[in-house]
Amino acid sequence: MSDKDRNQNEKAGNSRRTFLRNSGLTVGGLVLGGAVGSLFNVKSDSNAESADHKNMVSSSNPNQALMYFTPDQFKTVEALSETIFPKTESGPGAKELGVVYYIDHQLAGSWGLNTREYMTGPFYPAKAVPEQGYQTHLKRQQVFDIGIESINAYSTKKFKKKFQELEKEDDKIAILKDFEEDKVKLNSSLSSSFFFSILRSATIEGVYADPMYGGNKDMGGWKMKNFPGHQASFTNVLGKDKFVAMKPQSLNAQHKM
Amino acid sequence: MATTLPKTDIVLAGVGWVGGIIAAELTKKGYKVVGIERGKERTTEDYYMAHDELRYAQRYEMMQDLAKETVTFRHNKKQRALPYREWGSFLIGEGVGGSGLHWNGQTFRFLPYDFEIYSKTVERYGKDKIPAGMTLQDWGITYDELEPYFDKFDAMTGIAGEPNPLPGSPQVKYPNPPMMETPVTKLFKEASKKLGYHPYHMPSNNLTKNYTNPDGISRSACQYCGFCERFGCEYGAKASPIVTVIPVAKKTGKFDVRTHSVVRRVIHTDGKASGVLYVDTRTGEEYIQPADVVVVSAYQMNNIKLLLNSKLGTPYDPETGRGAVGKNYAYQTYLGKATGLFDEKEFNLYGGAGALGAQIDDFNGDFFDHSKLDFLHGATIHITHLGDRPIANNNVPHGVASWGKEFKEKSVFYANRSLQIKAQGSSMPWKDNYIDLDPTYKDAFGDPLLRMTFNWKDQDRNLMKYMGNKSAEIMKEMGATHVNKGGDDIADYDIRNYQSTHNTGGVIMGADPETSVLNSYLQMWDCDNVFVPGASAFPHNSGYNPTNTVGALAYRAAEGIEKYLKTGGSLV
Ligand SMILES: Cc1cc2nc3c(=O)[nH]c(=O)nc-3n(C[C@H](O)[C@H](O)[C@H](O)COP(=O)(O)OP(=O)(O)OC[C@H]3O[C@@H](n4cnc5c(N)ncnc54)[C@H](O)[C@@H]3O)c2cc1C
Ligand code: SF4
Repeated sequence: MSDKDRNQNEKAGNSRRTFLRNSGLTVGGLVLGGAVGSLFNVKSDSNAESADHKNMVSSSNPNQALMYFTPDQFKTVEALSETIFPKTESGPGAKELGVVYYIDHQLAGSWGLNTREYMTGPFYPAKAVPEQGYQTHLKRQQVFDIGIESINAYSTKKFKKKFQELEKEDDKIAILKDFEEDKVKLNSSLSSSFFFSILRSATIEGVYADPMYGGNKDMGGWKMKNFPGHQASFTNVLGKDKFVAMKPQSLNAQHKM
Repeated sequence: MATTLPKTDIVLAGVGWVGGIIAAELTKKGYKVVGIERGKERTTEDYYMAHDELRYAQRYEMMQDLAKETVTFRHNKKQRALPYREWGSFLIGEGVGGSGLHWNGQTFRFLPYDFEIYSKTVERYGKDKIPAGMTLQDWGITYDELEPYFDKFDAMTGIAGEPNPLPGSPQVKYPNPPMMETPVTKLFKEASKKLGYHPYHMPSNNLTKNYTNPDGISRSACQYCGFCERFGCEYGAKASPIVTVIPVAKKTGKFDVRTHSVVRRVIHTDGKASGVLYVDTRTGEEYIQPADVVVVSAYQMNNIKLLLNSKLGTPYDPETGRGAVGKNYAYQTYLGKATGLFDEKEFNLYGGAGALGAQIDDFNGDFFDHSKLDFLHGATIHITHLGDRPIANNNVPHGVASWGKEFKEKSVFYANRSLQIKAQGSSMPWKDNYIDLDPTYKDAFGDPLLRMTFNWKDQDRNLMKYMGNKSAEIMKEMGATHVNKGGDDIADYDIRNYQSTHNTGGVIMGADPETSVLNSYLQMWDCDNVFVPGASAFPHNSGYNPTNTVGALAYRAAEGIEKYLKTGGSLV
């Protein structure tokens, strides 16, 4: 994230607090019920609060708003994607790259509704062998709804907290591993490993798809891999023995031409 | 009630590579051709925004709408066949140009051995070498007979390549010089030469220089843009029907393409077709297009579907072995491979072209002795430099998880340090690998879907294991720090993972009407004004991509159609 963005987010945080104060919803820093209250879920420490929610209230990027998820689902998936693709020395993680917005936007459209896939029954998810592929009647929207619900239920059972509230990295990893390895039973039409595999691939897509889709913020995913994105020609570099790093370009550059 | 339209000379069900070639050849000769195509019109300008991995490679923008039509699949007769609901193992194109728009352009001729595989196997190893259940047969045509048609396809598309240095391999003179040598192809060639093999540049249908073909069509050179396979080419450098044969046919004024129109039936009585029934999906109206000749050119799968749903030819019965429509479905054994991760080297892997690569043919066909081997035929072993797009390419050393901190660090580190050698293996036909109509699932018009019954056999498993070892041997010689080998533990065919769109068989050619559907002109034995060119005509699949052979067969069929229009009757 650039410094400019950070400033804007902080400003946004402030103005939100101003809004809350002015609207009379807070009493001594505590937010009372209703949609606005649960949305902002204010903690007493105001710094933590702004760090937590700066993405959601940022006014700098109109792409960052929700098309499909509820605010709570948003938080769970943000935490899940960050566990799958965490911030490390080599660069930003899923959260900073806006992957959860990518997933949200994808779910709201054709992919979330499996519109270009054969979704005619009868369905036999239990009889199918894995090599037969996608056999549930559930669309990806429902797969995510059930998956998120189950992750949180499992996390609450194991650690008494929702997934996004877990503090220890190892706890988050343990939960995802159990999902990956099918140790958690969801229902007769959906296995936990199936949900995990869609979640994993959607996360990777959100890291590396063209930024127009809402993730790969500032081409941060591409920068880590030295992937130059859209370029007209590589005729002059491909034969070179040395690695040639190039400044990446998104399709927006082509659109402006 | 369907509206009957004025008669034409030739009607095509599908306008891809095959349809385009037939249309160009016959309109040039003065015949009227109507092409019925289920998808939309496509032009090079459509690909101005094509460098979008998500839209084209992950969401399959150019592929058939599976909601309307797919196939069902099972490993064997005991399983319940279930629909191929989302794309995986193979991808089928739609729209004018068909899969010829978003192919790679790796363009090989099948071997002389392929066309006479049964005879040559018996001659060299004896009958007993062919395992029980393997329905191996000759094609009813030889390489020498097909050679002039290969030459035509090569010149029309402008293939770029160099002669294959392997002793005994057909010597082809390509119209254009091979693609660029890169550090990747160079490393592969040096290593395989050291091991005693015969590397050469992969013949490519991504143009290497500006080229004007015999039809007078000029196209420009490939820019190595790295968004090639699964994408349309915004330069027109990749040979596709829309930049070669279709404009030639259109220029004659005798080619009428009807898009958004799905052929449902070939109409026929008493061994003679009178035309096709199709639906205009924009109006919902049905039409009958009468024609003297019907060409089924709807890609391998739909070629079979149209025949079965039209009740043309005799459906194959796997119990008795009688009937041939749906017989000898084969694929490509593509899982013998080795991924090499290089700690010390970094390559410019973000760019490339669909058919930029190097390979060896030493282990393909019958170039090596099979007497002591537990499989027939073989594979070509290649390295490619296609453009490693970041969503699809996340290589990590064996043992690293597929997510989390270590995965991230390693997949980022190795992004420009991973090379893959893959063995493109042949696929033999089996009595119980076949296609018929599904009893349960239907397409958008209520017509039965195809049902694929297919699994790997020990032949395939042994072949892939052998080729995995060879690939790994070369990768080690290339100096990779880590080598991940594939091919060792292949169990059942998995329709989830992309392997290749090289589906073959089902409407096979041959010398005998009892065991084949088509004669050597791709003309139906049972209905002599129906021609079915395509990879569906292959009695088995070789260790090469199919389209050069598909193209040659289409030129052969075009000649046959003209002969038929002049003389009538069976051409063989
Ligand atoms: C990703 C990818 C990469 C590939 N790479 C290579 C490669 O490197 N080398 C190689 O040799 N081959 C490659 N192929 C395969 C190659 O594309 C095909 O072999 C070739 O296009 C087959 O030609 P065709 O005319 O039989 O089918 P197509 O070119 O697919 O044309 C068939 C046409 O028929 C239409 N159609 C189907 N059903 C109907 C109907 N009922 N009514 C009306 N129209 C219909 C379709 O919409 C389509 O336009 C690749 C394929 C894919 C998908
Ligand atoms: S790599 Fe070459 S042939 Fe392929 S799409 Fe790019 S410019 Fe066209």
